[in-house]
Amino acid sequence: MNGDLGPLIGEARIVVCCGSGGVGKTTTAAVLALQAAQSGRRAVVVTIDPARRLADAMGLAELTNHPAPVPLTASGELWAMMLDTSQTFDELVRRHAADDTQVERIFANRFYRNISGALSGTQEYMAAEKLYELHHDPRFDLVVIDTPPTRNALDFLDAPGRLTRFLDHRLYRILMAPTRFGMKVVNVAAQAVLKTISRVVGGEVIADVIAFFQAFDGMEAGFRERATAVMALLRDPSTRYLIVASPRHDTVSEATFFADKLADNGVNVAAVVINRLHPRFGEGTSAEAQHSAGSAKSAAQRALWENLAELRLVAERESEAIHPLLERAGDAVVASVPLQPSDIHDLAGLTHLSRYLFD
Amino acid sequence: VDSLQFFSASRLVIVAGKGGVGKTTVTAVLARAAADAGLRVLVVDVEGKAGLAGLLSSDSEPILGYEDRVLVDGLGPRGAGSVIGRSIAADHALGDYLDEHGFSRISRRLANSGILDVVSTAAPGIEDILVLGKIKQIERSGVADLIIVDGPAAGHAITFLQSASGLLDAVKVGPIETQAREVLSMLGDPQRCQVMLVALPEETPVNELIETSYALEDRIGVALTPVVINGIYPPGPPAGRATGDLAAAAEFRAARCELQDTQLQRLAGELPLPQIRLPFVFTAGLHVNDVVELAAAFTAEIGRLE
Repeated sequence: MNGDLGPLIGEARIVVCCGSGGVGKTTTAAVLALQAAQSGRRAVVVTIDPARRLADAMGLAELTNHPAPVPLTASGELWAMMLDTSQTFDELVRRHAADDTQVERIFANRFYRNISGALSGTQEYMAAEKLYELHHDPRFDLVVIDTPPTRNALDFLDAPGRLTRFLDHRLYRILMAPTRFGMKVVNVAAQAVLKTISRVVGGEVIADVIAFFQAFDGMEAGFRERATAVMALLRDPSTRYLIVASPRHDTVSEATFFADKLADNGVNVAAVVINRLHPRFGEGTSAEAQHSAGSAKSAAQRALWENLAELRLVAERESEAIHPLLERAGDAVVASVPLQPSDIHDLAGLTHLSRYLFD
Repeated sequence: VDSLQFFSASRLVIVAGKGGVGKTTVTAVLARAAADAGLRVLVVDVEGKAGLAGLLSSDSEPILGYEDRVLVDGLGPRGAGSVIGRSIAADHALGDYLDEHGFSRISRRLANSGILDVVSTAAPGIEDILVLGKIKQIERSGVADLIIVDGPAAGHAITFLQSASGLLDAVKVGPIETQAREVLSMLGDPQRCQVMLVALPEETPVNELIETSYALEDRIGVALTPVVINGIYPPGPPAGRATGDLAAAAEFRAARCELQDTQLQRLAGELPLPQIRLPFVFTAGLHVNDVVELAAAFTAEIGRLE
């Protein structure tokens, strides 16, 4: 549980931090990038939703979708940015569009404006897309990315594929069929589907969708090619996965689920970080302390033993909760960070945490 | 406040809060406490996650289905009420919706074709509206005295509740528009619907609780119940002249309680809503009997409210 993540950040080109929301992923990503920068790498950390004060500390008060240098007191080169899903999507459209007219038509479409916020998986896809872009940016040799807190952790690996599947969707083909082949013949089933949707949500929603797909026509190939490249990068051996969990059954089961899914995709977990671990008081068990409470000579003594029993129980419950993840971790480096008395909001706080992750 | 009066304040309570704050536990505790006060309670899970059923009934399947399931038996008209559980997922709600609006012939196929993904992108919030619409229908039907929804996790609570007003921007006609209006009027009526926010007595959760409270009241106009602060460490013993592990444990407990008090006071200063405080339960795993005890603590807290 006191593994050293030094070799990981020394070798990797990309470190992907995964785990449920609220387990300290953003903070962990920031600690890794800071340490990497201080050990001579040109590191950039991409965060999804940093706590405001951490964002301030990293110079991200002005939210931006492009990396900005973080002022460090020690030597090292650290950059940080916060992912803006819709800006990243806009850039992707600009890159693949045939001309400005196509860009304008897409940007003006209401359905398109909704995609970045509403289509499930878009945020994950844009995180992966940004990862690809930064990986090929000569300013950096290490990208540390904090993934969106998805319910299904696999979304991140799968996200580029999801968008292409969306574009391949039956409805899309139905809608595009007339313009593609220059015919107005939409089959009976397709008409029924369109009619139903129009009756439920009104015709203008359908009109928006059709306009979007028409505006998008010709760009699918570029999108698909890029998505394939991004998917390959996510599976590249120089991309390492780090799982962050807190010592609770729910975050641990999400973490082990993700480790399994990674394994299904031929990817191993390189490291596991367990945050917010309660301290263990002494070698004995909770039951032993409870027993001593029973035979205590005074009420004050009994209360002290009971408190010890309760706090040991918390620690025991945590070890039990993390057990499946440790079993699952295999050869991965496992490190843990004890519960901190307050939240981390500055570089000094990040430096303080690094002692638990690095020798 | 009289507990029966408290639990009868609105027909629907949506429990909301970030992941990990104990939202599901609070849903179960509220259900148990209201049933103990004599109400017929329906608990609704909207995410298909395990846990809620097991906190109310030790012999229930962990994941609730789309059908009603009795989790706690009632004791007749004068005794404790029953607790029924079910889940409501968007695709099921869509199937029902289409059936009820005369789309039955192709509705099942439509709901299964993944088309919801496309439509919900075209009109964001449509999935949430389907779920809220179904909840509204149950609320109107009067099958339960109190419906408690274990709300969606993370920041999704605001989006979930905002779906009705958001959808009205995009959809101007059709049955979904009617549905959105009806949901909006339910959310805006404190006698029909209130939101119960849950947080832990820690820095970030308290900040988020404050932000969410203002966002819900200002942007959605939904009424809030007292906030529930979950997992509060009861004060520990003074370290006194103790040494070794006993002293270290007592000092840790004292430090933890101090941090917690700081956050509770800050919350009281920044958010003018009463607090219902639930104790941390020192146990290897929360079970039905712990929920029964927490429900008693919850009812006692209501008694202290002014």
